Formats: sequence, C-alpha cells, structure tokens
Amino acid sequence: MKVKMLSRNPDHYVRETKLDLQRVPRNYDPTLHPFEVPREYIRALNATKLERVKIWNLTKRKCIRTIQAHEGFVRGICTRFCGTSFFTVGDDKTVKQWKMDGPSCGEEEEPLHTILGKTVYTGIDHHWREAVFATCGQQVDIWDEQRTSPICSMTWGFDSISSVKFNPIETFLLGSCASDRNIVLYDMRQATPLKKVILDMRTNTICWNPMEAFIFTAANEDYNLYTFDMRALDTPVMVHMDHVSAVLDVDYSPTGREFVSASFDKSIRIFPVDKSRSREVYHTKRMQHVICVKWTADSKYIMCGSDEMNIRLWKANASEKLGVLTSRERAATDYNQKLKEKFQHHPHIKRISRHRHLPKSIYSQIQEQRIMKEARRRKELNRIKHSKPGSVQMVSEKKKHVVAVVK
Amino acid sequence: MNANQAAESNLLASNQQKELEDLPKDYPLSTSEDEGDKDEERKHQKLLESISSLNGKDRQKLADRSEASLKVSEFSVSSEGSGEKLVLSDLLEPVKTSSSLAAVKKQLNRVKSKKTVELPLHREEIERIHREVAFNKSSQILSKWDPVVLKNRQAEQLVFPLSKPQSAFAPIEHVVNGWKAGTPLEQEIFNLLHKNKQPVTDPLLTPVEKASLKAMSLEEVKMRRAELQRARALQSYYEARARREKRIKSKKYHRILKKGKAKQALKDFEKLQKVNPAAALEELEKLDKARMMERMSLKHQNSGKWAKSKAIMAKYDLEARQAMQEQLARNKELTQKVQIKANGLNPWMFRNHFIDAKEAEVQKDLEDPAEPEAQETSESEEEKAVVEEETLLKEFEERRSLRQKSELNHMAEPVHRRVTKDPSSQEVLSDLRALCQKLSTENHQSGKQELSSARTAQREEPAREEEEPMLLQRPERARTLDELEELGREGCVENEELPRTAVEGLQLEKNLSNHIGAPKEKKRKEQMIDLQNLLTTKSPSVKSLAVPTTVQELEDEEERDQRQIIKEAFAGDDVIRDFLKEKREAVEASKPKDLDLTLPGWGEWGGIGLKPSAKKRRRFLIKAPEGPPRKDKNLPNVIINEKRNTHAAAHQVQVLPHPFTHHQQFERTIQTPVGSTWNTQRAFQKLTMPKVVTKPGHIIKPIKAEDVGYRSSSRSDLSVIQRNPKRLSIRHKKHLENNCVD
Repeated sequence: MKVKMLSRNPDHYVRETKLDLQRVPRNYDPTLHPFEVPREYIRALNATKLERVKIWNLTKRKCIRTIQAHEGFVRGICTRFCGTSFFTVGDDKTVKQWKMDGPSCGEEEEPLHTILGKTVYTGIDHHWREAVFATCGQQVDIWDEQRTSPICSMTWGFDSISSVKFNPIETFLLGSCASDRNIVLYDMRQATPLKKVILDMRTNTICWNPMEAFIFTAANEDYNLYTFDMRALDTPVMVHMDHVSAVLDVDYSPTGREFVSASFDKSIRIFPVDKSRSREVYHTKRMQHVICVKWTADSKYIMCGSDEMNIRLWKANASEKLGVLTSRERAATDYNQKLKEKFQHHPHIKRISRHRHLPKSIYSQIQEQRIMKEARRRKELNRIKHSKPGSVQMVSEKKKHVVAVVK
Repeated sequence: MNANQAAESNLLASNQQKELEDLPKDYPLSTSEDEGDKDEERKHQKLLESISSLNGKDRQKLADRSEASLKVSEFSVSSEGSGEKLVLSDLLEPVKTSSSLAAVKKQLNRVKSKKTVELPLHREEIERIHREVAFNKSSQILSKWDPVVLKNRQAEQLVFPLSKPQSAFAPIEHVVNGWKAGTPLEQEIFNLLHKNKQPVTDPLLTPVEKASLKAMSLEEVKMRRAELQRARALQSYYEARARREKRIKSKKYHRILKKGKAKQALKDFEKLQKVNPAAALEELEKLDKARMMERMSLKHQNSGKWAKSKAIMAKYDLEARQAMQEQLARNKELTQKVQIKANGLNPWMFRNHFIDAKEAEVQKDLEDPAEPEAQETSESEEEKAVVEEETLLKEFEERRSLRQKSELNHMAEPVHRRVTKDPSSQEVLSDLRALCQKLSTENHQSGKQELSSARTAQREEPAREEEEPMLLQRPERARTLDELEELGREGCVENEELPRTAVEGLQLEKNLSNHIGAPKEKKRKEQMIDLQNLLTTKSPSVKSLAVPTTVQELEDEEERDQRQIIKEAFAGDDVIRDFLKEKREAVEASKPKDLDLTLPGWGEWGGIGLKPSAKKRRRFLIKAPEGPPRKDKNLPNVIINEKRNTHAAAHQVQVLPHPFTHHQQFERTIQTPVGSTWNTQRAFQKLTMPKVVTKPGHIIKPIKAEDVGYRSSSRSDLSVIQRNPKRLSIRHKKHLENNCVD
C-alpha cells in the first residue's frame, strides 16, 4: 500500500555551512507585507543619513625621491603612456625626460634626454599611444621622442598658451587654451589648427572625456566649467557652476561619467557630466588654493595638490566602503543606493543628501554670489519688461558666456 | 614692328653682300668666282643663284650636295630657263617667312593679348580654408562615435574596464622562446633534447594557418561565425518542425497533408508530361510497378490483424468503419491501372480526385453539426450524412465484387437530389438564406451561403415571396408582446412616415433577434430601437416643414427640445439639495466626537433592554472640545477639505520631478517596492543593479575603437605626420625663422 506523505528536499532548507543564513521560504504576497512605501522611505532616509559619515584614514607616505629637475619653476609634468618615464618642462626652456624608477645606488640622478628649446614652455602632454608629446608656450609643438626638434608646430595668432591636452580616443586631436580667452583645437595629422572658441574669461585648462571622443570640459576663470561638444562650439553642452572662485584644474573620471575640479576657493568639487551642480565638495581646514587635481585610473580616488605644498588623496565616493565587500554588504549598499535614487525628490531626503558643511568663507561667498545672480536676473527681467517687446531678448545661460567661434 | 623688320632686313642684306665680297672658302660658288668676270649675264645668274641659295637651310644643303636632287634641279632649271627679273618682294620674302621670327611674333602677340594675373589668396585666407576643411574632416571622424556614446549613456549598467583582458592566448613557442634554461638540470635536459634533434621551438601553427588568421579580420570572422550560426539555427528549426509534424496525431491533418502531396504530385506529373515525356513514362512505369507490388501483397486487403479487429468494431464504431473504408480505397487506388486518355486528364487521377473530393464532403458533413452556425440545419444534414454513408458502403461492397468504377458519378447525383428535396429543411434554409442576403453579415454568410448555393435555384423565388408577408406581420406581433413601449414608438413611426427602408431595416433586425437571440436579447434589441427612434424623432418634424417660416422658430424649438432632454435626463436629481446634504455630512464628519466611557452593568444591573442611567452617562461622557471654526463656515457653496495632514505634507513631493510627465507615472515608481521584502531574490538583484561598476585597482583605459567593434586606423599618427613632408617642411622652416627672430 502506498502511503502518501509530505516530502521535502533537504537542499531547499538545509544550509551548507553553519555560517550560512537559514533558508526561509518566503511569501511575497504584497498583502502580507504592507506599508512598503513608508518602510522604504524610512530606509532611504537612513541610507542618506549614513552617507554623511565620512571618516577614513590616509596611509602616511614618505616622499621616495626628489629631483632637482629645472632651474626655476617646473611648469609642467606628464608621464609616458607606459608609465616607465615622465617628462618635465620648466622655466629654463628645457624639456627633460626622466626614468620613473630611481637611480640605483652610486648612480647620479640624470635625465634620460634633455632638449634645449628656444622659448619657455608652459605645459606638456604626452600622446596616449605613441612616442609623441606636445608642448605649449608661444606655439604648440609636437615632438618625436627621438628627435631634438619638433616635428610640427602650430600657431594661430600670437599669445601664450597655458596648457595643451591630447584627446585620449582620437589621439590626433589636441586642445589648448591660451591667455587671450581662447580655446583652440588642433589636428596633429594635418598639422593645422581647427577651430577657436572665445569665452568671457580665460580658460585655465581643459580635459577630454575618456569615453566620449568629442566631449571636453574647460575650467574657466569665471568660476564656471564648460562642457563642450567639439563639433558644436557655439553652445556648451553644459555649464557647471558651483565654485566661488576661479577654477584652476579639471580632470575626468576614467569612467567618463564625472569630473573633478580644483579651484582657487580652496575646495575641490565633483560634478556629474550631465548636471550643472556638483554632487560633492571636498575641503579641509588646512587646504589652500588647489592648483591641480587628478582622478586615479581605477576611478576610486582623487588626488589634489594645493598651495600649502601638500598632496591629498580623497575617495571619489566619500561614503563608499574600502576593501573587500561581502555579497550581502554589496547588496545592501546597492539597495541603499537605489533607495536614495528612488526617493531623491522627497524633500527631506533631498535636503539631507544635498547638505554639506562648508567653510565660512565659501558659504558666505555662495550667498553673495546668489544675491548677485538674483539681482542680475531681476535687472534683466525689468529691462525686458520696460522695453519694446522683442527688442531685448533673454539670453540663455549656455549662450551667455561664449563670445565667438572663430573658424 | 615694321620698323624692326625693316632694320633686320637691311642688316641681313648687308651681311649677304659682305659674304659675297669676302668670298668665303666654304661656299660652293667660290670656285666659279675664280674663273673671272667674263660674262655679265653669267654673273647675274650666279648672283641670283647665290641669293636664292641664301634661303635658310638650302644654302647648307647646297654646300654639300653630292647627287642631283629634285629640289636643287628645280631651282636651277627655273632660274636658268625663265630668266625673270629680280623683284624686291622676292628678296624680302625669305625674311618675312623666317620661322624663328614667327615664333617671336607669336610670343609677342600672346603677351599683348594676356591680361593681368590674379593675385594669389592671402595667406590667412588660405589657412582659414585649410582649417575649415580639416575641421570638417575631423568632425566627420568623430561622428562615428555618436552611436557608441549614446549607447553607453543609455546603458542599464556599465562595467568598467570595458574591454576585458584577453585570456592569455600566447602560443607556446613564444613562451618557450622567452624562456632560457637556467639551472644545471634544465641545461642537461636541453642538451639531451638537442642531441636527439628534438624541435624546441616547433611552431604550433603552420605558416598557412597563420596567414589565414592574419588575413581574416575580426569583423570577417564575426560575419562568418554569424553565418554558420544562422545556418545551424535554420537547420534546427527545420528539424524541430519536422519532428513536430511527425508527432501530430490528428488524422485529419495527415489526410489533408497527404491530399496536398497527391495534388502536388499530380501537378508535377502533368508538368513533366509536357516538358519531358520520357521521364513521365518512367514515372508511369514506377506507378505500374507499385501496382504490381500491391496486387501481389496482402496489404490493404482488410485481411490483417488490425483490419479484422476493425471489422468487428465497424458495426458500432463510425471511425473504425471509416478507417476500413480508407484502407480499401487505398487498395483500390494502388491497384488501379494507369491509363492516359487523349483529353489529357488521367482518368485514374480524375476518379481518384473525385473520390477525394467526395470524401472531404462526407467528412465535412459529419463534422459540421459541431459548429454553432449550422445548428438549425443539423437535422437535415445528419440525415443526409447517414444516407450518404450507407450509399458509400454499398458502393464499396459493389466495387469490391465487381471492380466497376463508372457508376459512381451516376450514383452520387441522385443522392444529392434526394437529400435536397427534403421538405422540412427547405423552409428553414430559405429563411436563413434570405436573412443572410439581407443582412449580409459575415458570420451568417460563411456557413450557409455554401449550402444554399448547393441547393437548386428553383427554390429562390418562393423564398422571396415568403419573406415579405413575414416581415409585414412583424409589428403587430411585437405590439402584443410589449404593448406599452410599442405604442408610443408605433405612433411615432406611423405619424412621421419614416423612410420605408429604415422601417424595413428595423423590422429586419427584429426579425433576426426573434429568430436567433434569446428572449433577453430581444428585449435589449427593442430598447436599442427605441433609442434610435428617439434620435430620429427630430429630423422628420423638421423635414415636414417644407419651407421653414423663420430660423428663430426653429432655434426656439431646438432649445426647447434641449431643455426637455436635460430635464428628462436629470428628472430625479436635485443637485442643490444633494450638495447641501454632502456638506452637512462633511461638517459632521470633521467635528470632534464625544467620548462615551460608560460601562453598562457596572455598579448597576445590566442586561438586555436595560440602559445605563442618565446620571451615569452624563458622568462618564467626555465632551470633545470645540474645534477651530471651519474655513467654509460662511461659504454656502463650497466644501473645503480640512483633512490634509500638514505633518505628512513635509514629507511629500510638491512638484512633479523632471523626467516624469504625469503624476501617475511618478506615483507608480514610488509605489513599486524595491527591497527584498517584496521581491524575489532575482528581481531584487535586477532592481538594485548599480549603473556603473568599477573594480578597485583595475585600470580603466580610455575607450578604443577596437573595443566597440570599429576598425582602428592602421596608420599611426606619427607616421601620418612624417608622410606629410612638404607642408611640414614649410611650417618647420617658418617655425625656425620665428625662433631665430626671437
């Protein structure tokens, strides 16, 4: 006689090790788990609050090597794409190539190559794939590493060019910014400049997006950053504004989704590419005007150098946990992230997630800027209101800062 | 010009004179000069000769003349024989036609006619053009990245680094090459190997293979693989289909399939007959062979085990009977002799075809009753089917005994006639047919049209005649059924004289509903008709006024109608009272309630029918404090809802966020839970998938053309620059100059 009985597969409820969680079959019937929205809302609120705790240790690092490279200022430095050597330019009109590894004991510190130029070089950048580098000063020079004279030099008008950058994707393209408020694009293959855009104020440096070949961002003196599409220079794709002083340097995250900017206002900010407001601001009491900033190649850290002669290492995502994550931790962080994204428009969550402590100077400056901007806007509106309809046009923020595009 | 020429001619003439006087040695005439001046005439002759010889190249030729030539003799003959006088123009002629001068003249003319050459473009202009061209070129190159960028921006998830490091596919010889024997043991082994002439660095890939690998680009390989995949997929689909078809149990399906195949075979055979008679004959022979085999074997003879069992069942089971018949038919088919008639159509095939068709008909008749459309006719059809079956069975018996075929046609026809003459079905059918024709609805047509068309045409006329009185009778009958409703409508219809067609249509509809629909449906139909009448009431009244007296009147009437309609529509409603009631309810609901804490039976008797004393009630009733006055206290026409919770409002979204276009969208996204409490593990993982994933310590390189399937340019930037020496050198020079100036 067959006896009917309940039977269960032990695999479905027995855990493999005793450290595993007990497997509990779960009923997902929504009626059994009510109040999903309020519960998730509270979780999101907690997740946003958690984010604000940012304590981390920076390992102390010794300086392993000091090189007396140039007489006078070192104006620019760049590494070769392979990472075995680096190039420096200085006020003594020389370009020097150095080995990355230090000299073994007994040897003297000597550059691999030294090129004596005619003029002062103010910036240098290396090609992303080939043994070519570019310097800037009075003109943009393209050098072969094996030669002592430039293989090509490009000028457009007479002005001092402050920085030059290779496009990381279409590597024959270069961008440079000059002191007469220009951003000039060059084509190395055809040895000719391409186009020039004149902005309101001087651009300090530019940086190309490493994932989108035609996008670059310019750090400007007028406290803003401008993201341009190279093919349409007359309108920037996005104007990023949050700094309260000149922006001195900018660097893209290797993912191409964000960039970090260093400013004269003693802070660095992280902007998403498609947002005009920053998502994060970093500052410390002791950090002075930040001159340069770099995003590390694994997109996890940011380094900045500032006027008080310190290099600081920051986490790119402040609330991220460093080190190995267990799968549950990862799931929890992913879930928290998703909840924050889901409830981002709710007023409390928005307020908490946007809140940052700022030094008093920056805070007051921001208030001041806000008042000034509001006043300007009011004035413009009044002008439109009191003049003949159509005679005064509202100029969009994007178009306002571009003076001209020169072909 | 003329002056020039004159001067030149003078100069030339004087030169010639000099030559004559100087008597140059290399001149051929010098010999004749030596003989002296004997004859004036002769002298003159010589002079002439010498002058004529001065003409360009001729004089050189004259000098070294060795034998008589046409030209020379011509000159001498002409000069001696004619004895003409020398003219100045003759002297000047050689000067004019001098070839060298002509060239000079031409050049002079050309210079005179040419206008001023355009200045070359300004350097800045040229550079501007260069720049524009270069910019267009590079932006064209850049625009190939557009789809990639768009894809990455919209991607659900991006995992960096984008290009995974390719698993080490270093050929072994590379590894071996890079490795050297270090330890003594290794060296010893190597020595042994070399002694035995073992190949150390034996290439794994032959040169041919290598070449083929190199020749195929990644895209080509991909394409090739896709092709192969496609072919494989197609094959698997085909196989799956074949398997599925094989597994189908439906006999009907297989029968149809077989029929289709037979038809196809017939067609093919006919075609073959036309195209290639020899092959057709072969085919025929094959058929003949098959027939012979069939005749020899006992297959399909109803003598097998299966057939016997079926024969027992056949008495009771329709299917078994059919199966037997089929087998017999098959036997017949196969044993039939193939003949080709003069008219082209194969009698064997023809008959076979006919049988098929007939069988199909039988089958249809058997199955038809199941279909809902044919319910009314099921009686007659069943009858017919039974009759047909019997006849068929008989036929088979006969055929088996007599092996005759020609009777079939004759037999079949009477059967048809017999069936169709069935008087009971006749009326119903005619009714139906009429309905079908009138309404021309698809459903009714599809089934019965065939039936009706199969019937004899003679019954058409009587059917028409019949339906008319039926339709006319209809209204009276309806009145008896539903008098109240009908009366008003009837009056309407009769008084205003609706167009006849409309009436007919309505009646027809009714007729239909009576015939087919259940009583309930009928009622609904009648209501519908009422509505239609309501709608049409207005138009006839307007039409009846042949010439409208004034427009005003019409409008008044319309307005009145409108009001009437509204009044009718809201007959039972009193909106104002309703609103007041609603407001009163809202006020009541918002008032704070008194709290009654009396416990019946506490301190006194309790039970059914006993109430707590008034004193106690008064004592334990906590009166609610009077709330703040309502905002709509003095607004009689307004209800202001004061339920909104200000505490909750602080947590609520006030403005619709950007990407959403409707508040419902936003609410829905908020309503959908994300957490694992409400979702399965898989769904939870999918929902919480982060947009960008990076690994610590992994270098993310800038995107490359190869990563996204584009072919990267084969030439390096450096080589392109160096290939461009001309422009470069110019620029370089300029640059150097600039440097020098500095």
